Amino acid sequence: MAEEIKVVVFKLAHEEYGIEVEKVKTIERMMPITRVPKTFTFIKGVVNLRGVVVPVMDLRGRFGLPEAEYDDQTRIIIVNSHEMEVGFIVDGASDVIDMNAEQIEAPPEVVGGVKAKYLRGVAKINDQRLLIMLNLAEVLNRDEIIKLEELEA
Amino acid sequence: MDLNQYLSMFLDEANDHLQALNEHMLELENSPDDVGIVQVIFRSAHTLKGMSATMGYEDLASLTHEMENVLDLVRNHQLKMDEMIFDTLFKSLDALETMVADIANGGTGKSDVSSIVASLKSIVSGDYKKEQSGVAVEASENEDKHAEDQIDEFQRSILEQSIEAGMHVLYIKVTLQQTCVLKAARAYMIFQALGSHGEVVKTTPPAHEIEQENFDTGFSIFFVSGSGVEQVKKDIADISEVESVEIQMLTIEDVKNWNDMKDAESQAKQEAVAASAEVAASSAVAESPADKSADEQKANRSVQSGSSGNKAVQNRTIRVDIERLDVLMNLLSEMLIDRARLEDLALDIKRTDLTETVEHLARISTDLQSIVLKLRMVPIDVVFNRFPRMIRDLARSLNKKVDFVITGADTELDRTVIDEIGDPLVHLLRNAIDHGIESIQDRVAAGKPETGTLNLRAYHSGNHVFIEIQEDGKGIQREAVLKKAIKNGLVDADKAANMTDEQVYQFLFASGFSTAEQVSDISGRGVGLDVVKTKITSLGGHVVVQSKPGQGTTFIVQLPLTLSILSAMLFRLGDEKYAIPLTSIVETGLVRKEEIRRVHGGMRMIDYRQGVIPLLSLSSMFGCSGYSDFEEDEVEIIIIRKGDSVAALAVDDFIGQSEIVLKPLGNYLKSVQGISGATILGDGQVALIVDPNALLK
Repeated sequence: MAEEIKVVVFKLAHEEYGIEVEKVKTIERMMPITRVPKTFTFIKGVVNLRGVVVPVMDLRGRFGLPEAEYDDQTRIIIVNSHEMEVGFIVDGASDVIDMNAEQIEAPPEVVGGVKAKYLRGVAKINDQRLLIMLNLAEVLNRDEIIKLEELEA
Repeated sequence: MDLNQYLSMFLDEANDHLQALNEHMLELENSPDDVGIVQVIFRSAHTLKGMSATMGYEDLASLTHEMENVLDLVRNHQLKMDEMIFDTLFKSLDALETMVADIANGGTGKSDVSSIVASLKSIVSGDYKKEQSGVAVEASENEDKHAEDQIDEFQRSILEQSIEAGMHVLYIKVTLQQTCVLKAARAYMIFQALGSHGEVVKTTPPAHEIEQENFDTGFSIFFVSGSGVEQVKKDIADISEVESVEIQMLTIEDVKNWNDMKDAESQAKQEAVAASAEVAASSAVAESPADKSADEQKANRSVQSGSSGNKAVQNRTIRVDIERLDVLMNLLSEMLIDRARLEDLALDIKRTDLTETVEHLARISTDLQSIVLKLRMVPIDVVFNRFPRMIRDLARSLNKKVDFVITGADTELDRTVIDEIGDPLVHLLRNAIDHGIESIQDRVAAGKPETGTLNLRAYHSGNHVFIEIQEDGKGIQREAVLKKAIKNGLVDADKAANMTDEQVYQFLFASGFSTAEQVSDISGRGVGLDVVKTKITSLGGHVVVQSKPGQGTTFIVQLPLTLSILSAMLFRLGDEKYAIPLTSIVETGLVRKEEIRRVHGGMRMIDYRQGVIPLLSLSSMFGCSGYSDFEEDEVEIIIIRKGDSVAALAVDDFIGQSEIVLKPLGNYLKSVQGISGATILGDGQVALIVDPNALLK
């Protein structure tokens, strides 16, 4: 018996991505962000999420995609995973779908400009939609970014 | 029975009892002849045994049981405390602590205690003292058991006189049912019933023990009665849960020969079910079922109703889960944020009734805040109380004599600080004993008393708590520290000559000083002191050292009262808002562009008092896009200080002073250079809190 999962679907550049619903705390509209100096460029700062200070990152920036202007479709998805609470700025969050864990296939090297290691897999929904499942552990991994920055410096 | 619900209560109380045991053992070590202390220790051990047995921690129970046997002999003057007994008892306490800690961590609390149990048993049997023959001890033990049932000169004369006056003297033995839950209450009812017939002369065990339920199922009474045997017997038997009543009418001969008779009976009695004798005589493993169930009932009761023994001295307190207090604190901080928002709104709307209400709300919430802060305050005793034991062991292992004096253990500190301060203090104390206080020979040679004194003081001053660790040891050798500092490149020789002692001692906290081979060079100071300093600094405190060669050294740790709410100055850099803790601000001011000097390397300096200090540009450090102080004709400055270093921060505009709630930036942004956290302002926006310590490096 395959595992049924619920997935929050969001848009980034031209692709649709998915995060398991239990890892998503809330989805917020764009809100004032306080810039935090001296940190990674894709960290846009921190927001006040009902009394809790939460850092937010631009997911485009995190994946090395060109950053876009924020508009009224822009959403902040607050995820809670690996004991970290982080907001992802995405181009839009459309819906929540049910799918079967079996539908997830191993990702190709690069999907929509995003490296495979950030991905858990790719799922075909209704034969036409392609949903890219994120590997949150890697997306939230700081060590690798720090190493990269040391190399550049 | 599902005992899980009692587990946390068990752990709390077990820790309390262990702590009490430790404290009283130390007390007893100072006055080994005080039986009063032994009684207290015995009671704690006894309660602990009962609790452990109820919860099914057999090893805990058997070990405490053996300790109890030793203590029982001591309190009955059968055994004199000596070093060996103290050491064994302390070892047992350590083992108990380990087991309780294991249980707390989800373990089974099982541990091999056989060697300690064996040495405790050898103390009880007297084997550890070779000159005492086993038989003699056996005999004295037997004597002890029955000494309780014997009557003394005074009691005998009362009994004799009563008989002569025509009263009945009864020897009553009451046995309660084993299922009886409130034995003390039953005993009370029995005494109540007897009260109408006459006078109780003596009880075994003594009345106060009975009141505290320190008996198993039975007790005996010498009673002078005006009524007959049958009447008394009926009244007692009418009380429920009484298993049996035996009454013996005593003649004057009986009374006269009572003690001899009892002695003769003793052997036979030992084999009978005389429960209290059995407890001491039987080994822990072969505890008789009767004892056990009695203990369980006792423990059950104490688990449910808290330690009943010392009810009288307890304050009216309740235990609250720390997490609930944290939640309360978080809720309060959110309320403070809303309060600030309301204040802003009231200012905009300008309606008198609204303003008044908001002001009232502000007052109430300020009171509320101070109360919640107080709730979170914990006496520093919870940290200090483990030190006496540690000092004792350490001094012993180093063959030094140390008089450890704690003052101000009731000084209160925020729990967040309390949790963190233990390790640094342990470090400083160990250092003081290891490297500060000299060996006995050295002390005598230096004309000092053999016993060194180690003072641990805590006190409040302003918004800070000070903790001093002072010893009268050999002090720090300035020259040795300087030599090392110069060698390590921390300072050059020219500068070194002009440094104050205070500055020199700060080198001890440099990380280069903490390796082992350098320790011996500089009289041992500096083992991990860098770690101590880092920890204390991270708590927003600092540490200074005072020392006089030959007279001793004092480490003074200064800590903030609380970490979660602080007074801060809010300021602006362009459209970004920041906060900086008031505690590190010396003053604020204004400098004109032409007053700013440039030294080579582009560093800007300004005149301040008699000297020049660096002017730091926050806007360039933080990479602000909308503002740069370099373009201003007049620059607002905040002068900050950390220890002896002073600097000016250039800011755009002051907003004002405010109480802010410190919030972490979240796990993802663990450490951002120059930022110590964030706070939420009245308008709901997040402002970052500048870390002045990081800027003054």
